[in-house]
Amino acid sequence: MAAPTPPTTQADTPRGFFRRVTDLYVGGFREMTVGRRLWAIIIIKLAIMFLVFKLFFFPDKLATEYDNDADRARAVRTSLISDTP
Amino acid sequence: MNDLLSTVDWSRGQFALTAIVHWLFVPLTIGLSLIVAIMESIYLKTKAERWRRLTKFWMLMFGINFACGVATGIILEFEFGTNWSNYSWFVGDIFGAPLAIEGIAAFFLESTFVAVMFFGWKRVSPRFHLLSTWLTAVGVSLSAYWILVANAWMQYPAGMEFDPAQMRNVMVSFADVALSPVAVNKFFHTVLSGWVLGAVFVTGVSSWFLLRKSNIVFAKDSMKIASWVGLTGIILTMWTGDGSAVEVAKVQPMKLAAMEGLYDGSYGQSLVGFGILDPSKERTDDKDPMMMEISIPKGLSVLAFHDTEAYVPGINDLIEGRMTGPDGNIIETESYTERIEAGKRAQQALRLYDEASAAGDSAAMTAAVTALKADFKYFGYGYLNSPDEAIPPVGLTFYAFRIMVMAGGYLLLYFIVMLFLSYRKPEHLENRWVAFLGLITIPVVWIASEAGWVVAEMGRQPWVIEGMLPTRAAVSAIPASSVQLTFWMFVVVFTGLLAAEISIMCREISKATRRDILADDKH
Repeated sequence: MAAPTPPTTQADTPRGFFRRVTDLYVGGFREMTVGRRLWAIIIIKLAIMFLVFKLFFFPDKLATEYDNDADRARAVRTSLISDTP
Repeated sequence: MNDLLSTVDWSRGQFALTAIVHWLFVPLTIGLSLIVAIMESIYLKTKAERWRRLTKFWMLMFGINFACGVATGIILEFEFGTNWSNYSWFVGDIFGAPLAIEGIAAFFLESTFVAVMFFGWKRVSPRFHLLSTWLTAVGVSLSAYWILVANAWMQYPAGMEFDPAQMRNVMVSFADVALSPVAVNKFFHTVLSGWVLGAVFVTGVSSWFLLRKSNIVFAKDSMKIASWVGLTGIILTMWTGDGSAVEVAKVQPMKLAAMEGLYDGSYGQSLVGFGILDPSKERTDDKDPMMMEISIPKGLSVLAFHDTEAYVPGINDLIEGRMTGPDGNIIETESYTERIEAGKRAQQALRLYDEASAAGDSAAMTAAVTALKADFKYFGYGYLNSPDEAIPPVGLTFYAFRIMVMAGGYLLLYFIVMLFLSYRKPEHLENRWVAFLGLITIPVVWIASEAGWVVAEMGRQPWVIEGMLPTRAAVSAIPASSVQLTFWMFVVVFTGLLAAEISIMCREISKATRRDILADDKH
């Protein structure tokens, strides 16, 4: 005799799973105390890093100055073989 | 040329600043994640509510540190692309693959399970919550692993082959890169030192509570766990430190000589336990490099080769081509003058390759590649003007090594005492002096941890990749002023981050001293 199939709960369905994950994050953020300040720090930090440092001060030199990998390789080769005593 | 040197110096300074600040956060994340996971395991086993509250308090400390420290390492990657473009291109996928794996592992493991750790207390089953806490701890260490693999490759470039057409190193064996003995040792040494640092933090903060006569039970319970983690961590850190010394002796003997201030090696070489270097010592003079020293006879031979009579070469020996053979005897190898000549031949071969490539002469290209491969091992030496340029800064490496080792010895004693008091004489933990000891040990462990990195990174100078690429050739042709500007911007941002972390932590600890952590659930 086949074993009885357990009843399907809402949590077992993909929709139920995503609902629970969403609840975890939404509820978690809502109940935060110190966490609010920490998230503020994280967001400000990431904004400074990516919107200020990366955008204005830290371009990928080879990626921005050369169009393809062959040119980048040539640029590095030229730099390395010319920088010798 | 002067501007290039200035760019090198500022870029190095900026990288050092970023790495040092990043490393203030990382080991605490590693150590606290483990301690929190152990505490939560006890809670799940005992079902005692106080262990849940204890876990949550230290989880809060972990969260503050995680929030302030997360992504500070990304700045290092920005610097690779801008300040170190030659280097980041030259290393190729050797560096890219481990960092990509690190990024993915860190994102999925840490981000996902950290959220469950903090938000899931009432929303997931206790077992799944505990699993998430442990997976966070594992994820933190795993991401450290891939960074350390990349760093180890720079110290010991294994598993790669240089392709002059792409001008980058191509991975030929992932296993050789990921499981190189240098990487494995470095991983365990570094992660275990994180356990020690986390444990010192917990005992230190607990000492503060005891000093304030607040949350006594909480503090003593925390100290028991932290003392076990700390003692286990420091013993294993010393053991893996021994493994690291053996690897350094094999693959970076010049670093070992600098760590010891050793100019002329010998069989059965002693180890300087404590010493003061003579700053006027020149490599070629006959002066004793030490103004005073307390030495352990045969100690360095034992440390480096596990053999009391093994030969340990000094700086002069290495420059003249004398190294230690597999049986602990002297073997003759290439002198540094010969290495410089080989490096120049390799660079000339690369020039010929470049010309042949431009002319489309495939026969000449093949001949140039063959010549390049023959001498590529010493490619970087071709940038040196003299063998003396291959010597790391001896003073800094020597003293940083001693600071790390002496602090390590102190921490071993500290955890023996703390563990003994925690179990046998817990009332003495409330003694003012014992609590004060716990507090002052907090900066000691951070200094030791940073000093370890100073030994690792300054001791391998002038190389950014050992023997292959010196630091000054790795830097981009950018104005020094632009690096200077971002250096000072980082100083401001990092100071702000540290101030935020310390002030939030201090505020939460201060708030906790005014309430009973084990009786309420406010955090």
